[in-house]
Amino acid sequence: MSSRFKLFIPLIIFTVIAAVFFRLESRIVSGEYDPSLLPSALIGHPVPEFSLASLSTNRQLTSSDLPKQAYIINVWASWCISCRVEHSYLNALSQKGIKIIGLNYKDRPVDALQWLERLGNPYLFNLSDINGQLGLDLGVYGAPENYIVGADGIIRYRHVGILDDKVWRDKIAPLGLLW
Amino acid sequence: MIPEIGHFALLLCLPLALVMAIVPLIGVAAKNSVWMRFASRLAVMQWLLLFFSFLALSYSFYIDDFSVKLVTLHSNTALPWYFKLSAVWGNHEGSLLLWVLILASWTLAVAVASNSIPLAMKTRVLSVLAMISVGFLAFIIFTSNPFERSLLMTPSEGNDLNPLLQDIGLIIHPPMLYIGYVGFSVAFAFAIAALLEGRFDANWARWTRPWTNVAWAFLTVGIALGSWWAYYELGWGGWWFWDPVENASLMPWLAGAALVHSLSATEKRGVFKSWTILLALLAFSLSLLGTFLVRSGILVSVHAFASDPERGLFILAFLFLVIGGSLLLYALRAPVMKGGTAFALISRENFLLINNVLFSISLTVVLLGTLFPLISTALDLGSYSVGAPYFNAMFAPLGLLTVFIMGFAPFITWQKFKLFKHQSIQWALCFLMALLLSVLLIHTLSQQFSVNFNVFAFVVSSLCLWLILNTLQHFFFRLKQGGRFFHSFSQLSLSYYGMVIAHIGLAVMVLGIGITSIYESQKDVRMAVNDSVSINAYRYQLSGISSVTASNYDATRASVDVYHRAKGESSRLITTLYPEKRFYRASRNMMTEAGIDASLTRDLYVALGEQLEPGVWAVRVHVKPFVRCIWLGAVFIALGAILATFDKRYKRSNSVRSEPALASPPNH
Repeated sequence: MSSRFKLFIPLIIFTVIAAVFFRLESRIVSGEYDPSLLPSALIGHPVPEFSLASLSTNRQLTSSDLPKQAYIINVWASWCISCRVEHSYLNALSQKGIKIIGLNYKDRPVDALQWLERLGNPYLFNLSDINGQLGLDLGVYGAPENYIVGADGIIRYRHVGILDDKVWRDKIAPLGLLW
Repeated sequence: MIPEIGHFALLLCLPLALVMAIVPLIGVAAKNSVWMRFASRLAVMQWLLLFFSFLALSYSFYIDDFSVKLVTLHSNTALPWYFKLSAVWGNHEGSLLLWVLILASWTLAVAVASNSIPLAMKTRVLSVLAMISVGFLAFIIFTSNPFERSLLMTPSEGNDLNPLLQDIGLIIHPPMLYIGYVGFSVAFAFAIAALLEGRFDANWARWTRPWTNVAWAFLTVGIALGSWWAYYELGWGGWWFWDPVENASLMPWLAGAALVHSLSATEKRGVFKSWTILLALLAFSLSLLGTFLVRSGILVSVHAFASDPERGLFILAFLFLVIGGSLLLYALRAPVMKGGTAFALISRENFLLINNVLFSISLTVVLLGTLFPLISTALDLGSYSVGAPYFNAMFAPLGLLTVFIMGFAPFITWQKFKLFKHQSIQWALCFLMALLLSVLLIHTLSQQFSVNFNVFAFVVSSLCLWLILNTLQHFFFRLKQGGRFFHSFSQLSLSYYGMVIAHIGLAVMVLGIGITSIYESQKDVRMAVNDSVSINAYRYQLSGISSVTASNYDATRASVDVYHRAKGESSRLITTLYPEKRFYRASRNMMTEAGIDASLTRDLYVALGEQLEPGVWAVRVHVKPFVRCIWLGAVFIALGAILATFDKRYKRSNSVRSEPALASPPNH
């Protein structure tokens, strides 16, 4: 290999990296790829073990309290404006019999309870994750965020942002879970 | 009116920078010194205009001019004045303006302080800096105008600065980081100028070194501040998360560390020329890459700015032009022949090479870990994320190996190192002493914190102590060599002092990282008043809860008494901590403000969670031995780099040496 050719190596490596970035960026612009659909390290893995206080009762809830059929873990908080937008859709889902577990994330329980009283309670139960510990384990970026979990307790999909009809149709229904 | 004038000043800079990028270069080609000197004057003007523009924006924030969109979005009347000012760079547009202002400041500094450099070289450097400036100015003006008015109506109150950013650490962290990032543009410009001119001698390295050192020192401080901020502000007690944005700042730092050392080899011995040039290009390219990652929306992170794919494409195109162009120039023009004189296997040249290899491997590790998830997504290979375990597993051996080798570094002479018997005995003694002290240290630690003796902690501390002791040994050896004690203090060069301090700083930092990671412990508990929790030798007792009101937030403040019981002693009160849970009214955001009792050997850390039921609170407590050493070490490293900058030989004016200084003392 001639010495001059070696000097081209950095340029070649850079060109490859730049091509990758360009592909990514153009996919973002075309709407094909959304970075908010962040891969969770936990997709394909079980929900992490936890022991958290229930929001409404004094009980300590653990992983064994989770449903034995497919369900959604919805990360929300009363300080989160987008969660308010999302909430009516969650109410509709729960009317259809879909199980939703709330992860009340870094919130004041008093405010959270008031919220449920006012806007309705679509949740099977709510975990009070005051320190964001379970949120940290799940890799939560912020509220709202939704984790779709199969009957086997394995996380199948993660949606960062508001869950609505479009997301349900395009992303969640195709997972083919038995609700 | 003020915002319009500020905007106008900003707009003026673009043609100005364009002229500065082109005309002086024509002057160089035509050997017209009037045209060449034009560059310095334009640099001054550019700085004045940008400084004015930045002042105008700051003023709009200061007087709460909510007709400016940016002010409405990121500030409000309840903020104290210093947070209003830091809100200027707490957002994408304003921080970019700060970025170009800093670039203009470096350009100004080069224009003012480089009279000893040949005019053609200086002119090329300034023009290259102006080209970078053109790119960033166009980026601001066409995609991110900070002065945009909200046309429909002027709101009477603004949103809020993200409460996470309402903190003294965050007032100074971004400017420090930017000064570092942007500072590498000077080394970059020198490298491009050298490639254009075809001149790669010792002088080139000598001119580049001080700029690189200062930029690297600022970057070190910037990163350390960010880590310190995350530690006390996020309430998790962590100090480094391998977040992609943190990695983006670590990569130029690693390249800079390699550059600082390889420049010394190029300056003193005329070796590794093309490698040094490549590193100079790389350090700044990685800074640009960091900017791209943070602002393009490719990454989602706590640090990332609101994303906009259009902006992403712009930066990407700019990135491609700057990095691709400079690497192409490098491929065509970099010197291929092996420069300088031959050196033996064990020589300072080779030790610096090892340093460079180690830092380059670390850099590759971070680069791969950060980009791999992106690459796999782009190529539809599925989504992966690489977490802290990968980085930790790679960095632990790399770091320790670096520390071990650095212990020898000051002793190794240029060209060829001859090992005398007494030298190897001294090293062996030094190593034994390190082992002994390390046993003592870890033993004391386990007594103090009631934890077990950990072998890995012992290995880490032995190596760090070895580096510290052997560096000090060399220092005293040099002092003794110089004859009279106090006289020889002043005889040693500042760059030698810089090396000693920076190397010891690294040892202190690695020691801090090692001990903290191994011995830290943490508990999450529910506590009512008068409840207590024990963590190793410490007992935390919640003694009271009160309410506090400040101008922009309401807070619940807990008082937590901390008691310590060493082995065989009775328990005694050490301190009372006041962690807070703050509620920021304007943004309706909750924030934790950790209560920390800091000392060199350990931090006691309490974060207050939420109220679980009346009178019962979630509380997280930590004991973190040696965590302060991490930032202390970083301060030492930065200090060392700055000291080396003030070395006499960088001030020597007009002493253009055409050959590498073969005559310099072998141990210098």
